[in-house]
Amino acid sequence: MENSLLVELSRAQFALTALYHWLFVPLTLGLSFIVAIMETIYVKTGNEEWKKITKFWMTLFAINFAIGLATGIIMEFEFGTNWANYSWIVGDIFGAPLAIEGIMAFFLESTFFAVMFFGWNKVSKKIHLLSTWLVAVGSNLSALWILVANGWMQSPVGMKFNPDTARFEMEKFFDVLFNPVAVSKFLHTISSGYVMGSLFVIGISAWFLLKGKEVIFAKRSIIVAASFGLLASIFLIVTGDESAYQVAQKQPAKLATMEGLYDGEKRAGIIAIGQLNPDKKIGDRTTDPFLWKLEVPNALSLLGYRQIDAFVPGINDLVLGNERLEIEPAIVKIEKGKLALESLRGYKDAKKVGNEELANSYLEKFRTYEKYMGYGYLKKAEEIIPPIGLTFYSFHIMVGLGSWFLLLFILVLYFSMIGKIEEKRLLLKSALLTIPLGYLAHESGWIVAEVGRQPWAIQDMLPIGVATSQLDATAVSITMSLFAILFTSLLIAEIKIMVTQIKLGFKEH
Amino acid sequence: MFETFSLLTLQQYWWFLVAVLGALFVLMTFVQGGQTLLSTLSSSEEEKDMLVASLGRKWELTFTALVMFGGALFAAFPLFYSISFGGAYFVWMAILFCFIIQAVSYEYRKKPNNFLGKKTYELFLFINGSLGIILIGAALGTLFSGGNFIKNDMNLAHWTMASRGLEAVLNPFNVIFGLTLFFLARVLAELYFLNNIDSNNIIEKTKKALKKDGVIFVILYLALTGMILSMSGVGYDKNGFFIQEYKFLNNFLANPILLVLFLAGTLLVLYSIFISLFKDSDKGIWFGGLGAVLAVISILSLLGFNNTAIYPSLADIQSSLSIENASGSKYTLSVMSYVSLGVPFVLGYIFLVWRSMDQVKITSEEIQEDSHHY
Ligand code: HDD
Ligand code: HEM
Ligand code: HEM
Repeated sequence: MENSLLVELSRAQFALTALYHWLFVPLTLGLSFIVAIMETIYVKTGNEEWKKITKFWMTLFAINFAIGLATGIIMEFEFGTNWANYSWIVGDIFGAPLAIEGIMAFFLESTFFAVMFFGWNKVSKKIHLLSTWLVAVGSNLSALWILVANGWMQSPVGMKFNPDTARFEMEKFFDVLFNPVAVSKFLHTISSGYVMGSLFVIGISAWFLLKGKEVIFAKRSIIVAASFGLLASIFLIVTGDESAYQVAQKQPAKLATMEGLYDGEKRAGIIAIGQLNPDKKIGDRTTDPFLWKLEVPNALSLLGYRQIDAFVPGINDLVLGNERLEIEPAIVKIEKGKLALESLRGYKDAKKVGNEELANSYLEKFRTYEKYMGYGYLKKAEEIIPPIGLTFYSFHIMVGLGSWFLLLFILVLYFSMIGKIEEKRLLLKSALLTIPLGYLAHESGWIVAEVGRQPWAIQDMLPIGVATSQLDATAVSITMSLFAILFTSLLIAEIKIMVTQIKLGFKEH
Repeated sequence: MFETFSLLTLQQYWWFLVAVLGALFVLMTFVQGGQTLLSTLSSSEEEKDMLVASLGRKWELTFTALVMFGGALFAAFPLFYSISFGGAYFVWMAILFCFIIQAVSYEYRKKPNNFLGKKTYELFLFINGSLGIILIGAALGTLFSGGNFIKNDMNLAHWTMASRGLEAVLNPFNVIFGLTLFFLARVLAELYFLNNIDSNNIIEKTKKALKKDGVIFVILYLALTGMILSMSGVGYDKNGFFIQEYKFLNNFLANPILLVLFLAGTLLVLYSIFISLFKDSDKGIWFGGLGAVLAVISILSLLGFNNTAIYPSLADIQSSLSIENASGSKYTLSVMSYVSLGVPFVLGYIFLVWRSMDQVKITSEEIQEDSHHY
């Protein structure tokens, strides 16, 4: 059933649409709160200048929001159109958060969005402020539910396989909702959105200061954004650490790949920066995995296991097995997985001819090997390792930039407080140039999460090759090209409109 | 509470909810209908802006209702979601493209330096309102007329036609379904404008358009009703699926409530057109809207009760889907049923918000003053 070109194209299309959607969502998540804070200051002080500031950022928010919706609708339906088998096999669990997201979050956003933009003269100041806050809450709630769904893919819990329907069925909703992976994912992702919103406001305001325009408005915006950004950034690093801890527990192959760790060790270190050796192959225990590197000793054991001398399994341990640590070789898991799939087939056939006894014996065998079921679809042991280079570099880009953002917020806030921010032209220029870096950090984070999850659509349960719809590769290449053209045009339109609106300045809005 | 319900009751409850969400979506398509009337109903740029403003404050609700409709199908009937979306690939993709282009158009249409130009965004709105709605109608039509799929005993399916769902538009029933929905959307839009906009010129033109669209809609609606009542459908029992003559007529007779809903809905829509044209009333949208909701609930519900297939397979009748074989597990359906208790609450706040926002009709002065006008 596997058609590798189809699988590659389906992955590429999902990656394309998700990466586009994620260009807009973080700004929505962050800017909605920043705007709400600004409007709160306006309502508290009654100062009309704060109203102008609020409206300026709100206009930019709306431009971004519209394209966020445009790129979002496709993602929900893509699970059905391109991952049809997936939608059936895990839909009983996965569909619920998506539907709840619609009921709880999207209507909240879209209803109060209208009040926020068209209600200035129609509802009272307080109701208007409440609406702005509700839009912020709504967008964060939508992030909650989609990340619960994603967290479940990374670490499936609260369900059981039903051989009669041939799918996973939910057993415990609250296990799915409070899945530790989902919780850390949610917290890390929303805080990354707050950081993005802050970087955006600071960067644009810095541009005004560099031009010597709208100085008062820009300085006020910077104070709000830098304070918010600093808090968010600290929270981001804490939750990032928690995310890595979760990865270590639930997805050891992802962790090993993130760090380029081939051979497991105690007191494993973290590579601060380094360059992977392209000649290094899985299973080869002699070649040095790095051409050069700068390492922080012991840090990985601490990060991943909260213990300085914890053993962190490497890529080779996971593929070839490690007897001392009771890590099974992948090939053994694959054999067991095949037994699981064969007994499932046997169970089905026995049921069809009405042989209950035989069916039961197959079922018993299936239950023994069930947790290896996903491995049964794999062919080679190395398949359990995600693409190493992409995951490794993406992770390091994200973490490196995270440290820079923290520093930037501290500096900007400090110089704003002492009233010297206008003189620090280098800092202002860096702030402006950091806007694209914010997007880079975001996209890198998702690449770590999603590419690092390969080959699994559902960790250990369902490899991507089995998850796709049975389509012709041509069909997917047609839609993917259309997406690429359409989304790119819309992105260009969005950027041009944004820039023009920014140039109009605060008074025009 | 919901855990004590039988699985079948939960499945029926969820199909009913799907029908309600579908009906609310159809109600909201007045936005799409209006998008196809922007040039017809306006004689100046200013008037067009008034029409756009009137729709632009509500477009997101239609969009969200569509997302919600998809989400509810995914959660409650995942096998339908998987087979229809993954199978009739091109149709669903075409529908999605029609909605992607809508989402930016209101916001970007009049903004300076918008890259594609105002005309393009207006074209996007037109495509969304025409092609988008006709295709959705055709896709809904396939719930009655069927799709070309075969599923295996692991419940994984493949589509048997390379046209991937586009073949649905060759079936006259689906086409009529799509066109009926399209003209309904226009009629609803016209009723809505009469209620929402204060401009003699626009009102004049709207009434003229309503006369034409009303007649076409009624003809199509009668044709569609005739086809549904006379067509065969797919039913099932313990032994599997089979074709049944006059399936939907039988379903109506077996569920008189659905028949009452259907007749009441139809009469309300007709009444709304009548009072708008002949009594100078601007309240038509309330009756027409309610009527459309009732009629669509009734039509979609026909599929979910009385042992009927919700999605017949044309390639292998035993592959057909029903609410019983396509649904989520009992546990998931009951969890989701608790969530569904939030729906009336959501409808409530939407209603309250819009009542306060729509207290004053749209006039040309009002949109000039609006700081965020489209
Ligand atoms: C401004 C963006 C940004 C920044 C500066 C950081 N992150 Fe991050 N990170 C994200 C934005 C992000 C994200 C886009 O939100 C991701 C993608 C998936 C997710 O859960 O959040 C993510 C994922 C992600 C993952 C993978 C989770 C998974 O695979 O499920 C880990 C381990 C970290 N992050 C850890 C960190 C650490 C230790 C950081 C230290 C500074 C850090 N991140 C900074
Ligand atoms: C918006 C942020 C996201 C981005 C940027 C993103 C990125 C990606 C990328 C790059 C891939 C391709 C990976 C590969 O095949 O190597 C992918 C695949 C996928 N992602 Fe995400 N993702 C995001 C969020 C999500 C969420 C929230 C979910 C689920 C709720 C999800 C579900 C999937 C699925 C089902 C696939 C296809 C199967 C697979 O390739 O594993 N993604 N995503
Ligand atoms: C990290 C992953 C994601 C987060 C945090 C997220 C969050 C959001 C937010 C906040 C919005 C509001 C609009 C905007 O931001 O501009 C939105 C829109 C949307 N997203 Fe995502 N999203 C993610 C990925 C996905 C995925 C994988 C799907 C597919 C199920 C999806 C489906 C949608 C839809 C359908 C919309 C439009 C909703 C509407 O009608 O209001 N998103 N998303």
